[in-house]
Amino acid sequence: MSLWGRLTGWIVLIFGLTYFALPLLGLTEFSLKARRGVYSLDAYAKVIADPEFQATFGYSVMMALVTIALGILIVVPTAFWVRLKMPWARPYVEFITLMPLVIPAIVIVFGYIRLYNTSSWLPLTGSIMGTNLLLAFGYTILALPYMYRAVDTGLRTIDVATLTEAAQSLGAGWVTILGRVILPNVIPAVLSGAFLTFAIVIGEFTLAALLDRPAFGPYLQRIGANKPYEPFALAVIAFGITWACMGLIQLVTRFSKHSKVAR
Amino acid sequence: MSTASTAPRRRLPLTWLGLLPFVIFVTLFLILPTMYIVIGAFQDRSGGFTLQNLRDLNTGTIPSSYWISIKISVASSALGCLIGFGMAAAVVFGAVPKAMKAPLMTFSGVASNFAGVPLAFAFLATFGPVGLVTLFLRNNFGIVLQRDLGFSILSFWGLTVTYLFFQIPLMILIITPALEGLRREWKEAAEVLGATTAQYWRMVAFPILFPSLLGTFALLFANAFGAVATAIALTGSALNIVPIQLFAQIRGDVLGNPNLGYAMAFGMIVVTAIANIVYIWLRIRAERWMK
Repeated sequence: MSLWGRLTGWIVLIFGLTYFALPLLGLTEFSLKARRGVYSLDAYAKVIADPEFQATFGYSVMMALVTIALGILIVVPTAFWVRLKMPWARPYVEFITLMPLVIPAIVIVFGYIRLYNTSSWLPLTGSIMGTNLLLAFGYTILALPYMYRAVDTGLRTIDVATLTEAAQSLGAGWVTILGRVILPNVIPAVLSGAFLTFAIVIGEFTLAALLDRPAFGPYLQRIGANKPYEPFALAVIAFGITWACMGLIQLVTRFSKHSKVAR
Repeated sequence: MSTASTAPRRRLPLTWLGLLPFVIFVTLFLILPTMYIVIGAFQDRSGGFTLQNLRDLNTGTIPSSYWISIKISVASSALGCLIGFGMAAAVVFGAVPKAMKAPLMTFSGVASNFAGVPLAFAFLATFGPVGLVTLFLRNNFGIVLQRDLGFSILSFWGLTVTYLFFQIPLMILIITPALEGLRREWKEAAEVLGATTAQYWRMVAFPILFPSLLGTFALLFANAFGAVATAIALTGSALNIVPIQLFAQIRGDVLGNPNLGYAMAFGMIVVTAIANIVYIWLRIRAERWMK
């Protein structure tokens, strides 16, 4: 590589990295300025002590866990079945799982509100529990592209047909095969899908706001309009969570590489 | 349960039953809601077929909101592609130490998922009225962002610069494998035939990369076009873009016509669908070279 090329490379990279560093720096600095003149963690203390933060954050964590469970329940058997019995259906299933990337979330939730309102055949938005359920279903749909791709990639690395036949000849039923043979083998893939789902759900705004549920995303937006420093402390926390989730995905993938027997 | 697969005598075509839970779930919570909106866009208030809603999209503030949404999406995807390409190229072609690749990819994974409300706050804290950069420029150079440079975070360019924070990383994530797919042999072959570096880029590398570049541009476009939370948290309702207007419509029927709301949502689907079809089609073309 020529000197000229090297120089351009460095300039572009440093320009880009500065662009990424500045907002994170600005955010962190601002969140520490709650006390006049000195840096302090006051904003964080205030935020964490806020009962509404605890409530909304707890709600979103709960939602994320329910979404992950739903995602695993729907995606793992489907991806397994498609690989084992219906390989011809794979492009179609894959296409459907990619649709949430094409249809904006705001349009999907718009449909929910009209389709499942109190006067419809399935009045999910009529009760709090029903709305919670609807939100979890919506999140499962939003996470579907990531979950399906992760699990399908995981299944590619194992010999699904042989494992299934071996389990069957030992007398296992489908539930045992899925729960005790297939799932443990694709756990790293499932976990990366799960962490990504967690990162998406925890700060999600559009669905929760329009279904009017007390989640972390809408809370963040609301106090952003009312409080001076707390929202920035919350944003730092949210970024930390995203970062942690991505870090865990890296860790899980690396771990899974080492755990495999060399062929 | 296991009889369906082990019974050798007569196979009833029951294998599709395994897909039933998935199909039901997706139908109920993805396809039916979307169909409802799409059909509603072609209905009048009494349920009869009409094209009036689509015609009405051309009234009031709706055309301008589509226009500004498209402009922001184009600007942020074009800049995202350009800067992302530069950063990926710097790492892949060895202008900077190869060791920087892994951290850059990891960071891109994080940043491409760091959209929404927190991202808006990060930019407010940096370029907002009392942000880090705003204050730094004012105190040290006497430059006031809004007055002297015409830059406000609550404007077209403000939103574009903010969107770049997830656009650039997405570009890096997608284009890096494509850049790594450029074989050394192609460059060597071009050199043996007497090509200069510029000629190699213009006549070999660029035509191969072109579908990837354009496809990624389409994906970034759809990505920006559907972004709701970042825009709402950043500008409130100051900037009249499609997702914000649709959000207000869903909350309180501000257009005064529910079916016009459906038509607006339908328009969003059409725009993102076109962008995604372009992406998928070009990716298939690009993959011919990446085997």
